[in-house]
Amino acid sequence: MSDAIIEVKDLTAGYEDNVILQGVSFEVQRSEIVVILGGSGCGKSTLLKHMIGLYHPPKGDVLINGKSIVHAEGEELQAILQSIGITYQSGALFGSLTLSENVRLPLEEFTDLPSDAMDLIAKMKLSLVGLEAFTGSLPSEVSGGMQKRAAIARAMALDPQVLFLDEPSAGLDPITSAELDQLILRLNESLGITFVIVTHELPSIYTVADRVVMLDKEIKGIAEIGSPEELRDKSQHEWIREFMKREVHPA
Amino acid sequence: MPVETKEEASYRQEGGVVHLSGRLDAEGSARLWRTIFQRSHKKRDAVKSIDASGLTYCDGAGIALLFALSRQTKASIDHLAPEFQKLLDQFSSDSFDRPVDPPRKISAIEKLGMGGAEFGRDLYDQVVFLGRMSVVSVRTFFRPSLVRWGDVWRIFEKAGVNAVGIVGMIGFLMGLIMAFQSAIPLKQFGVDIFVINLVALAMFRELGAIMTAILLAGRSGSAFAAEIGTMKVNEELNALKTMGIDDARFLVAPRMIAGIIATPLLSIYANLMGLLGGFIVMMSFGFPFAALYRQVTANVEISDILSGLIKSVVFGVLVAGIGCLRGLQTRSGATAVGDSTTRAVVSGIVLIVITDAIFAVIFYVLNF
Ligand SMILES: Nc1ncnc2c1ncn2[C@@H]1O[C@H](COP(=O)(O)OP(=O)(O)OP(=O)(O)O)[C@@H](O)[C@H]1O
Ligand SMILES: [Mg+2]
Repeated sequence: MSDAIIEVKDLTAGYEDNVILQGVSFEVQRSEIVVILGGSGCGKSTLLKHMIGLYHPPKGDVLINGKSIVHAEGEELQAILQSIGITYQSGALFGSLTLSENVRLPLEEFTDLPSDAMDLIAKMKLSLVGLEAFTGSLPSEVSGGMQKRAAIARAMALDPQVLFLDEPSAGLDPITSAELDQLILRLNESLGITFVIVTHELPSIYTVADRVVMLDKEIKGIAEIGSPEELRDKSQHEWIREFMKREVHPA
Repeated sequence: MPVETKEEASYRQEGGVVHLSGRLDAEGSARLWRTIFQRSHKKRDAVKSIDASGLTYCDGAGIALLFALSRQTKASIDHLAPEFQKLLDQFSSDSFDRPVDPPRKISAIEKLGMGGAEFGRDLYDQVVFLGRMSVVSVRTFFRPSLVRWGDVWRIFEKAGVNAVGIVGMIGFLMGLIMAFQSAIPLKQFGVDIFVINLVALAMFRELGAIMTAILLAGRSGSAFAAEIGTMKVNEELNALKTMGIDDARFLVAPRMIAGIIATPLLSIYANLMGLLGGFIVMMSFGFPFAALYRQVTANVEISDILSGLIKSVVFGVLVAGIGCLRGLQTRSGATAVGDSTTRAVVSGIVLIVITDAIFAVIFYVLNF
């Protein structure tokens, strides 16, 4: 058997009666970086939100480490949630807490570590994303890119095996965005963290992605899966080849 | 020197041909729009073609006019300068003709019914939520390691301690005014010593609790709704959920606990300040302090004080709970948080008054 850490099985995703995606199946291997791609409004965020159990899919299942996040409850769900970390497009840091307190929060909630240990861990996580000098700042006192990185630090507080990132580089300048790519690669290589990333940034896709899951609004599902280069050069679909080239060689 | 000629947009109809000329900008189009459509409506069949050769300028509004005119008359537009033609070609009649689902017409009676059903459902939600949250809060309270005491204290300080000034002032003024207003008529009967009974009983049984609760609904219920609502809009609530942290325990319980502690304390304080107001008025009418004190201690029973206290605990639950509920119910968008705070205050006050009425009946039946 392959070493799949996430298995999405015949998933139907949507909001109430409004079906956005149906029959979506794919696997993510351990320590792989998968990018979910597709046109605006095709359901990337929707897919991500269903994969992390924020919404209950009407049909299908999502397994993380072989356990269903859809059907788990109580302690079991807790354990699954602690094995994953998520950053939201807006950062979603707790505005009333400092960066350090934000990172501490999951530790406070789920571990019995003494307070000074939590402080140290929080500072270490923040230093991984280059923010060790800002532990005492409130989210509103740092820049948007710093908030994004702090959110990643918070998502890593409990050493998750998987990180889900929704548009981590949206609204960042190319340099910061490239730094974020390097951070993702570093975490992937040194800690073996699996990444599922929604992004539109083609340069960063070519830098980080092992595989790309290309969604299609028309068929409400996956158009194709493959490495970025495969999709660019060998896709059967003209539009996918175009899509994968557009920003690399602007017309 | 060349003078820029601003040739006004004009409209002329000769036989089946409409001639448009001049500067068809927003101003010109606005002037022509109504006359053109009134006229072409009357002689719709008459218009065969539209001659646009005289147009010197045409912007978005002008294009809209040409588009509307050709669509209504089904006439062709001729001799439009190519740069304007390009603008016009971006819009095809087909995509505009596609029928948009008309919003279903709802009769007034149906609306009334729907409003009623909505109100009922909402009230039901509120009661269910309050019940669930009370259970969570009590359960958390008895497992102190789960309570975020730092938050409880911070909220208690903001909602309780910082409200001391306004609650005290309003309580004092209420006692003062009540005593003053009732002293004059009661004096005619020579029973003005009973004014202090009235003030004490009214404050302890009713007004202290309800006034404090209403103040808290405006001050803190709205603040709770705004805080939690903002967290919802910022996806912070999603972040909590996917961290596996229960928002009821994390956000609602500290607020409910703080509310349950703060409301009775503030009510007692309001009662005492009301009494102080009454005493001041009565002493200014010449009654000695000792007489007033005796009057109050002889006539206010422990049940009067208790009934007010019980109510204020329940009001605390209502105010804090509804504030949190409205925060959690916040939808997305910039106005959502504002709506939530308004709804928190309104529903808080409505529930306080309804509950107070229920208590009045219960206490009456129990002879409490
Ligand atoms: N909370 C919601 N309730 C109902 N429908 C929603 C909701 N969120 C998104 N949708 C709908 O789901 C569809 C997919 O939205 P989604 O946010 O997943 O798109 P996306 O692929 O992430 O797009 P983008 O690249 O613009 O972020 C859209 O048509 C949107 O209207
Ligand atoms: Mg999205």
